[in-house]
Amino acid sequence: MMTASILFFIAIGAVSLASALGVVISRIPIHSALFLLVNFVSMAVLFITLDAQFLAAAQVIIYAGGIVILMLFVIMLIGSDEIRENAGHRVWTPYVGILLGVILLASMTFALVEAGPPPATSAVVQGGVPEAVGMTLLTRYILPFEMAGVLLLVALIGALLLARPPKQKTEN
Amino acid sequence: MDWLNLVVFPVLRSVVLIVVLLTGFAYLTWYERKLLARFHARYGPNRAGTFGLLQPVADAVKAVFKEEVIPRHVDRWVYLLAPMLALVPALVIWAVIPVAKGVPAIADVNIGFLWILAIAGVESYGVILAGWSSNNNYSLLGALRSSAQMISYELPLGMFLVSILLLAGGFSLVSLVETPRAWWEWVWLWAMFPLFFICILAETNRSPFDLPETENELVAGFQTEYGGIKFALFFMAEYINMITTSTIMATLFFGGYRLPFGLLSDVVWLGPFVLAAKVILLLFLFIWVRASIGRPRYDQLMHFAWKFLLPVSIGYMIVTALLVVFFK
Repeated sequence: MMTASILFFIAIGAVSLASALGVVISRIPIHSALFLLVNFVSMAVLFITLDAQFLAAAQVIIYAGGIVILMLFVIMLIGSDEIRENAGHRVWTPYVGILLGVILLASMTFALVEAGPPPATSAVVQGGVPEAVGMTLLTRYILPFEMAGVLLLVALIGALLLARPPKQKTEN
Repeated sequence: MDWLNLVVFPVLRSVVLIVVLLTGFAYLTWYERKLLARFHARYGPNRAGTFGLLQPVADAVKAVFKEEVIPRHVDRWVYLLAPMLALVPALVIWAVIPVAKGVPAIADVNIGFLWILAIAGVESYGVILAGWSSNNNYSLLGALRSSAQMISYELPLGMFLVSILLLAGGFSLVSLVETPRAWWEWVWLWAMFPLFFICILAETNRSPFDLPETENELVAGFQTEYGGIKFALFFMAEYINMITTSTIMATLFFGGYRLPFGLLSDVVWLGPFVLAAKVILLLFLFIWVRASIGRPRYDQLMHFAWKFLLPVSIGYMIVTALLVVFFK
Protein backbone atom coordinates (compact mmCIF):
# COMPACT_ATOMS: atom_id res chain seq x y z
CA MET A 1 0.00 0.00 0.00
CA MET A 2 2.90 2.28 0.84
CA THR A 3 4.39 1.98 -2.63
CA ALA A 4 1.02 2.69 -4.22
CA SER A 5 0.65 5.94 -2.30
CA ILE A 6 4.20 6.95 -3.17
CA LEU A 7 3.54 6.24 -6.85
CA PHE A 8 0.39 8.31 -6.62
CA PHE A 9 2.30 11.14 -4.99
CA ILE A 10 4.93 11.05 -7.73
CA ALA A 11 2.28 11.10 -10.46
CA ILE A 12 0.37 14.03 -8.95
CA GLY A 13 3.62 15.84 -8.17
CA ALA A 14 4.68 15.43 -11.80
CA VAL A 15 1.36 16.84 -12.98
CA SER A 16 1.66 19.84 -10.68
CA LEU A 17 5.27 20.49 -11.71
CA ALA A 18 4.45 20.18 -15.40
CA SER A 19 1.50 22.55 -15.04
CA ALA A 20 3.65 25.03 -13.13
CA LEU A 21 6.13 24.94 -16.01
CA GLY A 22 3.23 25.43 -18.40
CA VAL A 23 2.19 28.60 -16.57
CA VAL A 24 5.59 30.12 -17.17
CA ILE A 25 6.25 28.83 -20.66
CA SER A 26 2.98 29.21 -22.52
CA ARG A 27 2.65 32.36 -24.61
CA ILE A 28 -1.11 32.75 -24.46
CA PRO A 29 -2.25 34.28 -21.14
CA ILE A 30 -5.45 32.20 -20.99
CA HIS A 31 -3.43 29.00 -21.38
CA SER A 32 -1.21 30.14 -18.52
CA ALA A 33 -4.27 30.69 -16.36
CA LEU A 34 -5.55 27.20 -17.24
CA PHE A 35 -2.22 25.61 -16.34
CA LEU A 36 -2.40 27.49 -13.06
CA LEU A 37 -5.83 25.95 -12.52
CA VAL A 38 -4.42 22.46 -13.08
CA ASN A 39 -1.66 23.28 -10.64
CA PHE A 40 -4.10 24.41 -7.93
CA VAL A 41 -6.26 21.33 -8.36
CA SER A 42 -3.30 18.95 -8.21
CA MET A 43 -2.18 20.70 -5.03
CA ALA A 44 -5.65 20.08 -3.60
CA VAL A 45 -5.27 16.38 -4.45
CA LEU A 46 -1.94 16.36 -2.62
CA PHE A 47 -3.61 17.94 0.42
CA ILE A 48 -6.18 15.15 0.40
CA THR A 49 -3.45 12.50 0.40
CA LEU A 50 -2.07 14.27 3.50
CA ASP A 51 -5.52 13.96 5.17
CA ALA A 52 -5.99 17.73 5.07
CA GLN A 53 -9.47 17.60 3.57
CA PHE A 54 -10.56 21.01 4.72
CA LEU A 55 -7.48 22.58 3.21
CA ALA A 56 -8.12 20.75 -0.06
CA ALA A 57 -11.70 21.97 -0.24
CA ALA A 58 -10.65 25.51 0.63
CA GLN A 59 -7.95 25.36 -2.02
CA VAL A 60 -10.47 24.43 -4.71
CA ILE A 61 -13.14 26.88 -3.51
CA ILE A 62 -10.86 29.88 -3.19
CA TYR A 63 -8.16 29.37 -5.81
CA ALA A 64 -9.79 27.23 -8.51
CA GLY A 65 -13.30 28.57 -8.07
CA GLY A 66 -12.52 32.20 -7.33
CA ILE A 67 -9.11 33.52 -8.15
CA VAL A 68 -8.49 31.81 -11.48
CA ILE A 69 -11.97 32.80 -12.67
CA LEU A 70 -11.20 36.40 -11.77
CA MET A 71 -7.92 36.12 -13.67
CA LEU A 72 -9.70 34.79 -16.74
CA PHE A 73 -12.19 37.61 -16.38
CA VAL A 74 -9.44 40.23 -16.30
CA ILE A 75 -7.55 38.66 -19.21
CA MET A 76 -10.71 38.60 -21.31
CA LEU A 77 -11.56 42.21 -20.48
CA ILE A 78 -8.08 43.53 -21.13
CA GLY A 79 -7.58 41.46 -24.24
CA SER A 80 -5.59 38.29 -24.55
CA ASP A 81 -3.15 38.81 -27.37
CA GLU A 82 -0.29 36.42 -27.66
CA ILE A 83 2.82 37.59 -25.86
CA ARG A 84 5.41 38.40 -28.50
CA GLU A 85 9.03 37.32 -28.17
CA ASN A 86 10.55 40.49 -26.81
CA ALA A 87 7.63 42.48 -25.46
CA GLY A 88 9.04 43.86 -22.23
CA HIS A 89 11.42 40.93 -21.92
CA ARG A 90 15.04 41.42 -21.07
CA VAL A 91 17.56 38.82 -22.03
CA TRP A 92 18.62 38.16 -18.50
CA THR A 93 15.09 37.86 -16.99
CA PRO A 94 14.79 34.06 -17.24
CA TYR A 95 18.28 33.48 -15.83
CA VAL A 96 17.65 35.71 -12.82
CA GLY A 97 14.30 33.94 -12.35
CA ILE A 98 15.94 30.52 -12.40
CA LEU A 99 18.62 31.71 -9.98
CA LEU A 100 16.06 33.11 -7.54
CA GLY A 101 14.04 29.89 -7.80
CA VAL A 102 17.09 27.79 -6.95
CA ILE A 103 17.86 30.05 -3.98
CA LEU A 104 14.27 29.72 -2.71
CA LEU A 105 14.35 25.94 -3.13
CA ALA A 106 17.70 25.68 -1.37
CA SER A 107 16.71 27.85 1.57
CA MET A 108 13.40 26.05 2.06
CA THR A 109 15.05 22.63 1.87
CA PHE A 110 17.66 23.81 4.35
CA ALA A 111 15.05 25.17 6.76
CA LEU A 112 12.97 21.98 6.56
CA VAL A 113 15.93 19.70 7.02
CA GLU A 114 17.19 21.77 9.96
CA ALA A 115 13.85 21.97 11.73
CA GLY A 116 12.65 18.46 10.94
CA PRO A 117 8.98 17.80 10.17
CA PRO A 118 6.69 20.10 12.19
CA PRO A 119 5.38 17.87 14.98
CA ALA A 120 2.34 19.71 16.21
CA THR A 121 0.22 20.35 13.10
CA SER A 122 -1.24 16.93 12.44
CA ALA A 123 -2.02 16.39 16.10
CA VAL A 124 -3.54 19.83 16.54
CA VAL A 125 -5.88 19.77 13.56
CA GLN A 126 -6.72 16.04 13.77
CA GLY A 127 -6.06 15.37 10.12
CA GLY A 128 -7.68 18.52 8.80
CA VAL A 129 -11.27 17.86 9.84
CA PRO A 130 -13.16 21.18 9.42
CA GLU A 131 -14.31 21.29 13.05
CA ALA A 132 -10.76 20.84 14.35
CA VAL A 133 -9.36 23.43 11.96
CA GLY A 134 -12.05 25.91 13.03
CA MET A 135 -11.41 25.35 16.73
CA THR A 136 -7.67 25.80 16.29
CA LEU A 137 -8.07 28.90 14.17
CA LEU A 138 -10.45 30.61 16.58
CA THR A 139 -8.65 29.74 19.80
CA ARG A 140 -4.95 29.18 19.45
CA TYR A 141 -4.36 31.28 16.34
CA ILE A 142 -7.03 33.90 16.97
CA LEU A 143 -4.66 36.87 16.69
CA PRO A 144 -3.17 36.05 13.25
CA PHE A 145 -6.68 35.12 12.10
CA GLU A 146 -8.10 38.50 13.15
CA MET A 147 -5.14 40.31 11.65
CA ALA A 148 -5.67 38.59 8.31
CA GLY A 149 -9.32 39.61 8.50
CA VAL A 150 -8.41 43.26 9.14
CA LEU A 151 -5.88 43.15 6.29
CA LEU A 152 -8.52 41.88 3.89
CA LEU A 153 -10.94 44.58 5.04
CA VAL A 154 -8.31 47.24 4.44
CA ALA A 155 -7.65 45.87 0.97
CA LEU A 156 -11.38 45.90 0.25
CA ILE A 157 -11.77 49.52 1.33
CA GLY A 158 -8.68 50.46 -0.65
CA ALA A 159 -10.11 48.85 -3.76
CA LEU A 160 -13.37 50.74 -3.25
CA LEU A 161 -11.50 54.03 -2.89
CA LEU A 162 -9.44 53.37 -6.01
CA ALA A 163 -12.46 52.37 -8.06
CA ARG A 164 -14.53 55.40 -7.04
CA PRO A 165 -14.63 58.10 -9.70
CA PRO A 166 -12.75 61.26 -8.60
CA LYS A 167 -15.32 63.63 -7.17
CA GLN A 168 -13.87 67.07 -7.91
CA LYS A 169 -13.31 66.44 -11.58
CA THR A 170 -16.94 65.53 -12.13
CA GLU A 171 -18.08 68.73 -10.37
CA ASN A 172 -15.92 70.87 -12.60
CA MET B 1 -9.92 -7.26 -1.00
CA ASP B 2 -8.38 -3.83 -0.72
CA TRP B 3 -8.46 -3.42 -4.45
CA LEU B 4 -12.09 -4.49 -4.58
CA ASN B 5 -13.12 -1.84 -2.06
CA LEU B 6 -10.80 0.86 -3.27
CA VAL B 7 -11.14 0.60 -7.02
CA VAL B 8 -13.66 -1.92 -8.34
CA PHE B 9 -16.75 -1.00 -6.32
CA PRO B 10 -16.40 2.78 -6.66
CA VAL B 11 -15.86 2.36 -10.40
CA LEU B 12 -18.95 0.16 -10.72
CA ARG B 13 -20.99 2.63 -8.70
CA SER B 14 -19.77 5.52 -10.85
CA VAL B 15 -20.66 3.68 -14.06
CA VAL B 16 -24.16 2.93 -12.80
CA LEU B 17 -24.55 6.53 -11.65
CA ILE B 18 -23.43 7.93 -15.00
CA VAL B 19 -25.72 5.63 -16.96
CA VAL B 20 -28.66 6.60 -14.75
CA LEU B 21 -27.85 10.30 -15.10
CA LEU B 22 -27.47 10.13 -18.88
CA THR B 23 -30.80 8.34 -19.20
CA GLY B 24 -32.25 10.90 -16.84
CA PHE B 25 -30.89 13.66 -19.04
CA ALA B 26 -32.40 12.13 -22.19
CA TYR B 27 -35.83 11.83 -20.62
CA LEU B 28 -35.57 15.21 -18.95
CA THR B 29 -35.46 16.79 -22.41
CA TRP B 30 -38.56 14.82 -23.31
CA TYR B 31 -40.23 15.80 -20.02
CA GLU B 32 -39.43 19.46 -20.60
CA ARG B 33 -40.67 19.51 -24.19
CA LYS B 34 -43.87 17.71 -23.24
CA LEU B 35 -44.53 20.04 -20.30
CA LEU B 36 -43.67 23.20 -22.23
CA ALA B 37 -46.02 22.03 -24.95
CA ARG B 38 -48.77 21.58 -22.38
CA PHE B 39 -48.12 25.07 -21.00
CA HIS B 40 -48.39 26.41 -24.56
CA ALA B 41 -51.51 24.30 -25.29
CA ARG B 42 -49.69 22.14 -27.87
CA TYR B 43 -49.02 18.41 -28.05
CA GLY B 44 -45.21 18.38 -28.01
CA PRO B 45 -43.19 15.50 -29.47
CA ASN B 46 -45.55 12.65 -30.33
CA ARG B 47 -44.22 11.05 -33.54
CA ALA B 48 -41.33 8.85 -32.41
CA GLY B 49 -42.82 6.03 -30.35
CA THR B 50 -45.80 6.16 -27.98
CA PHE B 51 -46.15 9.64 -26.47
CA GLY B 52 -42.96 10.53 -28.32
CA LEU B 53 -40.96 8.42 -25.87
CA LEU B 54 -38.37 7.56 -28.52
CA GLN B 55 -37.72 11.23 -29.29
CA PRO B 56 -34.57 11.43 -27.09
CA VAL B 57 -33.14 8.41 -28.92
CA ALA B 58 -33.73 10.07 -32.27
CA ASP B 59 -32.13 13.31 -30.99
CA ALA B 60 -29.10 11.43 -29.71
CA VAL B 61 -28.61 9.63 -33.03
CA LYS B 62 -28.86 12.92 -34.86
CA ALA B 63 -26.32 14.67 -32.61
CA VAL B 64 -23.81 11.82 -32.81
CA PHE B 65 -23.91 11.47 -36.57
CA LYS B 66 -23.60 15.16 -37.38
CA GLU B 67 -20.42 16.24 -39.12
CA GLU B 68 -17.71 17.32 -36.69
CA VAL B 69 -16.92 20.90 -37.55
CA ILE B 70 -14.09 22.72 -35.82
CA PRO B 71 -13.95 26.30 -37.11
CA ARG B 72 -10.50 27.52 -38.14
CA HIS B 73 -10.49 30.67 -36.04
CA VAL B 74 -10.87 28.93 -32.67
CA ASP B 75 -8.26 28.10 -30.08
CA ARG B 76 -8.37 24.37 -30.79
CA TRP B 77 -7.38 22.84 -27.45
CA VAL B 78 -9.45 25.09 -25.26
CA TYR B 79 -12.33 24.81 -27.71
CA LEU B 80 -12.35 21.03 -27.33
CA LEU B 81 -11.73 21.15 -23.59
CA ALA B 82 -14.62 23.47 -22.77
CA PRO B 83 -17.56 21.07 -23.33
CA MET B 84 -15.88 18.46 -21.16
CA LEU B 85 -15.21 20.99 -18.40
CA ALA B 86 -18.87 21.93 -18.56
CA LEU B 87 -20.09 18.35 -18.15
CA VAL B 88 -17.67 16.88 -15.62
CA PRO B 89 -18.54 19.01 -12.55
CA ALA B 90 -22.23 18.21 -12.96
CA LEU B 91 -21.40 14.52 -12.66
CA VAL B 92 -18.69 14.79 -10.02
CA ILE B 93 -20.87 16.63 -7.54
CA TRP B 94 -22.95 13.45 -7.18
CA ALA B 95 -20.19 11.69 -5.24
CA VAL B 96 -21.40 12.94 -1.86
CA ILE B 97 -25.18 12.86 -2.29
CA PRO B 98 -26.91 10.20 -0.20
CA VAL B 99 -29.29 8.05 -2.28
CA ALA B 100 -30.66 5.69 0.38
CA LYS B 101 -30.47 5.20 4.13
CA GLY B 102 -26.78 5.47 5.03
CA VAL B 103 -25.73 4.93 1.41
CA PRO B 104 -23.96 7.82 -0.31
CA ALA B 105 -23.61 7.74 -4.08
CA ILE B 106 -19.84 7.21 -3.89
CA ALA B 107 -18.40 8.26 -0.54
CA ASP B 108 -19.49 9.75 2.77
CA VAL B 109 -16.74 12.28 3.36
CA ASN B 110 -16.69 14.74 6.20
CA ILE B 111 -16.46 17.68 3.81
CA GLY B 112 -19.69 16.91 1.90
CA PHE B 113 -20.92 20.49 2.02
CA LEU B 114 -17.57 21.94 1.04
CA TRP B 115 -17.44 19.47 -1.85
CA ILE B 116 -20.67 20.93 -3.22
CA LEU B 117 -19.36 24.47 -2.79
CA ALA B 118 -16.05 23.59 -4.43
CA ILE B 119 -17.55 21.89 -7.46
CA ALA B 120 -20.14 24.65 -7.86
CA GLY B 121 -17.21 27.05 -7.95
CA VAL B 122 -15.50 25.37 -10.90
CA GLU B 123 -18.73 24.82 -12.83
CA SER B 124 -18.44 28.05 -14.76
CA TYR B 125 -15.18 27.16 -16.50
CA GLY B 126 -16.86 25.30 -19.35
CA VAL B 127 -18.95 28.30 -20.32
CA ILE B 128 -16.19 30.87 -19.87
CA LEU B 129 -13.66 28.91 -21.89
CA ALA B 130 -16.15 28.05 -24.61
CA GLY B 131 -16.90 31.74 -25.03
CA TRP B 132 -13.26 32.77 -25.11
CA SER B 133 -11.92 29.99 -27.34
CA SER B 134 -14.65 30.53 -29.95
CA ASN B 135 -12.88 33.76 -30.86
CA ASN B 136 -16.17 35.46 -31.57
CA ASN B 137 -17.48 38.61 -29.96
CA TYR B 138 -20.96 37.30 -29.26
CA SER B 139 -19.55 34.19 -27.65
CA LEU B 140 -17.14 36.24 -25.54
CA LEU B 141 -19.94 38.52 -24.36
CA GLY B 142 -21.98 35.47 -23.42
CA ALA B 143 -19.04 34.05 -21.49
CA LEU B 144 -18.40 37.32 -19.65
CA ARG B 145 -22.05 37.57 -18.70
CA SER B 146 -22.07 34.01 -17.54
CA SER B 147 -18.98 34.31 -15.37
CA ALA B 148 -20.17 37.55 -13.77
CA GLN B 149 -23.58 36.04 -13.14
CA MET B 150 -22.23 32.84 -11.64
CA ILE B 151 -19.73 34.62 -9.40
CA SER B 152 -22.44 36.98 -8.17
CA TYR B 153 -25.01 34.32 -7.38
CA GLU B 154 -22.46 32.00 -5.82
CA LEU B 155 -22.11 34.42 -2.89
CA PRO B 156 -25.72 34.32 -1.60
CA LEU B 157 -25.82 30.61 -2.45
CA GLY B 158 -22.77 30.03 -0.28
CA MET B 159 -24.29 32.10 2.54
CA PHE B 160 -27.48 30.05 2.43
CA LEU B 161 -25.48 26.83 2.38
CA VAL B 162 -23.57 28.02 5.43
CA SER B 163 -26.88 28.68 7.18
CA ILE B 164 -28.07 25.15 6.41
CA LEU B 165 -24.74 23.91 7.65
CA LEU B 166 -25.22 25.80 10.92
CA LEU B 167 -28.62 24.18 11.37
CA ALA B 168 -27.29 20.73 10.52
CA GLY B 169 -24.23 21.03 12.72
CA GLY B 170 -21.96 18.85 10.54
CA PHE B 171 -20.44 18.65 7.10
CA SER B 172 -21.67 15.21 6.09
CA LEU B 173 -24.74 15.09 3.85
CA VAL B 174 -25.55 11.54 4.94
CA SER B 175 -25.90 12.56 8.56
CA LEU B 176 -27.73 15.74 7.53
CA VAL B 177 -30.64 13.72 6.14
CA GLU B 178 -30.71 11.34 9.09
CA THR B 179 -30.64 14.00 11.82
CA PRO B 180 -34.18 14.85 12.94
CA ARG B 181 -35.18 18.51 12.87
CA ALA B 182 -37.49 20.49 15.12
CA TRP B 183 -40.59 22.00 13.48
CA TRP B 184 -39.29 25.56 13.66
CA GLU B 185 -36.17 24.44 11.83
CA TRP B 186 -38.25 23.17 8.93
CA VAL B 187 -40.27 26.38 8.81
CA TRP B 188 -37.14 28.53 8.94
CA LEU B 189 -35.50 26.39 6.26
CA TRP B 190 -38.45 26.48 3.89
CA ALA B 191 -38.81 30.25 4.29
CA MET B 192 -35.46 30.49 2.54
CA PHE B 193 -36.22 27.97 -0.20
CA PRO B 194 -37.57 30.45 -2.83
CA LEU B 195 -34.43 32.58 -2.60
CA PHE B 196 -32.21 29.52 -2.74
CA PHE B 197 -34.10 28.33 -5.79
CA ILE B 198 -33.53 31.69 -7.50
CA CYS B 199 -29.79 31.35 -6.87
CA ILE B 200 -29.88 27.85 -8.32
CA LEU B 201 -31.69 29.09 -11.42
CA ALA B 202 -28.96 31.65 -11.95
CA GLU B 203 -26.17 29.16 -11.27
CA THR B 204 -27.51 26.67 -13.80
CA ASN B 205 -28.05 29.41 -16.40
CA ARG B 206 -31.66 28.38 -16.63
CA SER B 207 -34.49 30.56 -17.81
CA PRO B 208 -35.32 33.25 -16.74
CA PHE B 209 -31.60 33.78 -16.06
CA ASP B 210 -30.34 32.31 -19.35
CA LEU B 211 -28.70 35.59 -20.32
CA PRO B 212 -25.43 33.96 -21.43
CA GLU B 213 -27.27 32.49 -24.39
CA THR B 214 -29.93 35.07 -25.18
CA GLU B 215 -30.69 34.34 -28.80
CA ASN B 216 -32.01 37.78 -29.67
CA GLU B 217 -28.90 39.69 -28.54
CA LEU B 218 -26.05 37.21 -28.63
CA VAL B 219 -27.10 34.64 -31.29
CA ALA B 220 -26.57 31.66 -29.00
CA GLY B 221 -24.00 33.18 -26.64
CA PHE B 222 -21.10 30.98 -25.66
CA GLN B 223 -22.27 27.99 -27.69
CA THR B 224 -22.61 29.76 -31.04
CA GLU B 225 -19.59 28.05 -32.57
CA TYR B 226 -20.42 24.57 -31.30
CA GLY B 227 -22.31 21.88 -33.21
CA GLY B 228 -23.01 18.18 -33.24
CA ILE B 229 -21.84 16.15 -30.27
CA LYS B 230 -19.91 19.09 -28.78
CA PHE B 231 -23.10 21.12 -28.59
CA ALA B 232 -24.85 18.06 -27.19
CA LEU B 233 -22.29 18.01 -24.37
CA PHE B 234 -23.22 21.57 -23.35
CA PHE B 235 -26.86 20.64 -23.57
CA MET B 236 -26.18 17.58 -21.44
CA ALA B 237 -24.26 19.65 -18.91
CA GLU B 238 -27.17 22.05 -18.48
CA TYR B 239 -29.75 19.32 -18.01
CA ILE B 240 -27.63 17.13 -15.76
CA ASN B 241 -26.94 20.24 -13.73
CA MET B 242 -30.68 20.68 -13.35
CA ILE B 243 -31.00 17.10 -12.11
CA THR B 244 -28.02 17.50 -9.79
CA THR B 245 -29.16 20.76 -8.25
CA SER B 246 -32.68 19.39 -7.85
CA THR B 247 -31.24 16.44 -5.98
CA ILE B 248 -29.21 18.75 -3.77
CA MET B 249 -32.30 20.82 -3.02
CA ALA B 250 -34.32 17.68 -2.29
CA THR B 251 -31.57 16.54 0.06
CA LEU B 252 -31.10 19.86 1.83
CA PHE B 253 -34.70 21.01 2.09
CA PHE B 254 -37.02 18.04 1.70
CA GLY B 255 -35.41 15.16 3.52
CA GLY B 256 -33.70 13.50 0.57
CA TYR B 257 -34.52 9.82 0.31
CA ARG B 258 -36.86 9.82 3.35
CA LEU B 259 -40.62 9.77 3.27
CA PRO B 260 -42.32 12.40 5.46
CA PHE B 261 -42.98 11.52 9.14
CA GLY B 262 -40.46 8.67 9.02
CA LEU B 263 -42.86 6.40 7.08
CA LEU B 264 -41.32 3.09 5.96
CA SER B 265 -37.90 4.29 7.07
CA ASP B 266 -36.60 0.71 7.34
CA VAL B 267 -37.12 -0.12 3.66
CA VAL B 268 -33.74 0.82 2.28
CA TRP B 269 -34.43 0.08 -1.39
CA LEU B 270 -37.27 2.61 -1.39
CA GLY B 271 -34.78 5.46 -0.90
CA PRO B 272 -33.71 6.07 -4.50
CA PHE B 273 -37.32 6.02 -5.68
CA VAL B 274 -38.45 8.54 -3.09
CA LEU B 275 -35.51 10.75 -3.99
CA ALA B 276 -36.31 10.41 -7.70
CA ALA B 277 -39.94 11.39 -7.09
CA LYS B 278 -38.86 14.54 -5.22
CA VAL B 279 -36.37 15.38 -7.96
CA ILE B 280 -39.03 15.04 -10.65
CA LEU B 281 -41.29 17.42 -8.73
CA LEU B 282 -38.49 19.96 -8.40
CA LEU B 283 -37.67 19.62 -12.10
CA PHE B 284 -41.29 20.44 -12.80
CA LEU B 285 -40.66 23.68 -10.90
CA PHE B 286 -37.71 24.51 -13.19
CA ILE B 287 -39.83 23.99 -16.29
CA TRP B 288 -42.82 25.80 -14.84
CA VAL B 289 -40.65 28.85 -14.22
CA ARG B 290 -39.28 28.67 -17.76
CA ALA B 291 -42.77 28.58 -19.22
CA SER B 292 -44.10 31.42 -17.08
CA ILE B 293 -41.49 34.12 -16.47
CA GLY B 294 -39.71 36.35 -18.96
CA ARG B 295 -36.02 37.28 -18.82
CA PRO B 296 -34.94 40.24 -16.73
CA ARG B 297 -32.47 42.76 -18.15
CA TYR B 298 -28.85 42.11 -17.35
CA ASP B 299 -28.48 45.05 -14.95
CA GLN B 300 -31.65 43.99 -13.14
CA LEU B 301 -30.13 40.56 -12.68
CA MET B 302 -26.99 42.02 -11.13
CA HIS B 303 -28.85 44.50 -8.95
CA PHE B 304 -31.02 41.72 -7.60
CA ALA B 305 -28.01 39.62 -6.67
CA TRP B 306 -25.91 42.35 -5.04
CA LYS B 307 -28.48 44.69 -3.58
CA PHE B 308 -31.12 42.24 -2.47
CA LEU B 309 -30.00 38.60 -2.30
CA LEU B 310 -26.58 39.15 -0.74
CA PRO B 311 -27.71 41.37 2.18
CA VAL B 312 -30.72 39.13 2.79
CA SER B 313 -28.57 36.01 2.80
CA ILE B 314 -26.08 37.54 5.23
CA GLY B 315 -28.93 38.61 7.51
CA TYR B 316 -30.42 35.13 7.25
CA MET B 317 -27.13 33.60 8.25
CA ILE B 318 -26.80 35.85 11.30
CA VAL B 319 -30.34 35.07 12.47
CA THR B 320 -29.75 31.35 11.90
CA ALA B 321 -26.62 31.47 14.00
CA LEU B 322 -28.52 33.22 16.80
CA LEU B 323 -31.34 30.67 16.58
CA VAL B 324 -28.92 27.78 16.76
CA VAL B 325 -27.11 29.26 19.74
CA PHE B 326 -30.25 30.05 21.74
CA PHE B 327 -32.71 27.31 20.85
CA LYS B 328 -30.71 24.24 19.93
